[in-house]
Amino acid sequence: MTEILSPLNSIHVDAGASFTDFAGWQMPVRYSSDLAEHHAVRTAAGIFDLSHMGEILVLGPQAAAALDYALAGKLSAIAIGQAKYSLLLSPDGGIIDDLVVYRTGEDRFLVVANASNRHVVARELLERAVSFDCEVFDESDDIALIAVQGPKSFEILSEVVGLDIPALADLKYYWSTPGHFGEHELLVARTGYTGEDGYELYVAPDAAASLWAAIAETGAGSGLVPAGLASRDTLRLEAGMPLYGHELGLDTRPAQAGLGRVPNLTKDFVGKDALQPAEGARVLVGLRAEGKRAGRADYLVYSGETEVGVITSGALSPTLGYPIAMSYVDPGVSDIGTLLEIDVRGSRVAASVVPLPFYKRENHG
Amino acid sequence: MADIKDLKYTAEHEWVLVEGSVATVGITAYAAEKLGDIVFVDLPKAGSTVAEGKVVGEIESTKSVGELFAPVNGTVVEANDAVSASPELVNSDPFGAGWLIKVEFTELPELLSFSEYSALTGD
Repeated sequence: MTEILSPLNSIHVDAGASFTDFAGWQMPVRYSSDLAEHHAVRTAAGIFDLSHMGEILVLGPQAAAALDYALAGKLSAIAIGQAKYSLLLSPDGGIIDDLVVYRTGEDRFLVVANASNRHVVARELLERAVSFDCEVFDESDDIALIAVQGPKSFEILSEVVGLDIPALADLKYYWSTPGHFGEHELLVARTGYTGEDGYELYVAPDAAASLWAAIAETGAGSGLVPAGLASRDTLRLEAGMPLYGHELGLDTRPAQAGLGRVPNLTKDFVGKDALQPAEGARVLVGLRAEGKRAGRADYLVYSGETEVGVITSGALSPTLGYPIAMSYVDPGVSDIGTLLEIDVRGSRVAASVVPLPFYKRENHG
Repeated sequence: MADIKDLKYTAEHEWVLVEGSVATVGITAYAAEKLGDIVFVDLPKAGSTVAEGKVVGEIESTKSVGELFAPVNGTVVEANDAVSASPELVNSDPFGAGWLIKVEFTELPELLSFSEYSALTGD
């Protein structure tokens, strides 16, 4: 299979990146050390290529109404410039994808989907919007995405020569604003998937390489490093953020995943009538284990001799120094403080249920 | 450390330095690079018996778990405590300070030469 190359591919190759296949894309998994990249994002900043993400535009007088029907959240309620985390549900209440939706105009929304779900999201939005006065365009091939994440992100972005974002200093968390890099237009959002403050920059593919280079050069003195998907995964895990295909899937109801507040029941939408999880359905919890051996995806969780759950993501937390995992467990063993065991390749490791997120940054912007 | 051209190798990406009846075993730079940052190693204790081709330990990175296979039949005479305390040594010096175990053997099986191993990894 031919892998799709990011517009930033040659930059990654020159930087010595190791690559992985991600939803058909050849993306950087790490440049030199995933741990160093992780720590850089927690203490300074990292720059990520997320050009594999899907971007779908919904435009027209009834764009907001169409999204209210198509998605679990009430997108008509957000202001121009605001962003909202939402879910695309199947008619039987399962999660087709989790999304961030940006309202960039009265009649204009940008829906950002996981790379692996780009086509299904575009197709579902198109079908669900058919009776509304709006149009749906899959713009994924024409939009590159660069994320700058970490406590020094603002300082770095405000100093990049040629990058003009008039409202950057006033941009609040989960808001976006237009900007320019040279002659190229950008959408700059204060969003991310690392648990740190930071920004995501949506830009034309032919401007991506020069923008990346400018940010990398400006940020180098502040400790910014290029960061790959391995560090992105440990960062989001520490921040308790679900990943589609691990914590979320077609057989998951939002409430099971701790996302019961995402569906807005004051309006009609696909999946609304099927939100209730089955009696006794497993729920997502955080686990903190003893020692250094991490429970990983698909490892089983026990209470005594009874299998009570399965891990969906796990790692030795680089920031915290102990093993953490997200796991679906039976509701009877989901209370904070419950003592359980993880089967780590045949041996039992003691773990306890802890609150999510595992890690929270100190200054919420 | 010895010249990597003089080491023996296995298809499971271990290197073996043979000195008399003792084989020092580690994982290759190629394997360490593929695993990513190594955060935990689980090694057999000194005195334990190991069998060629059998799993005797684990090498965990942030992202994955690698198994350590014994390249020879024998008895572990030493496990590298420095690596247990500082697993990152496997990344920073896989052929030197990042060695894993020393095994006393009676008979050396057929192992790969440097050029045979290099052909395997495409270097």
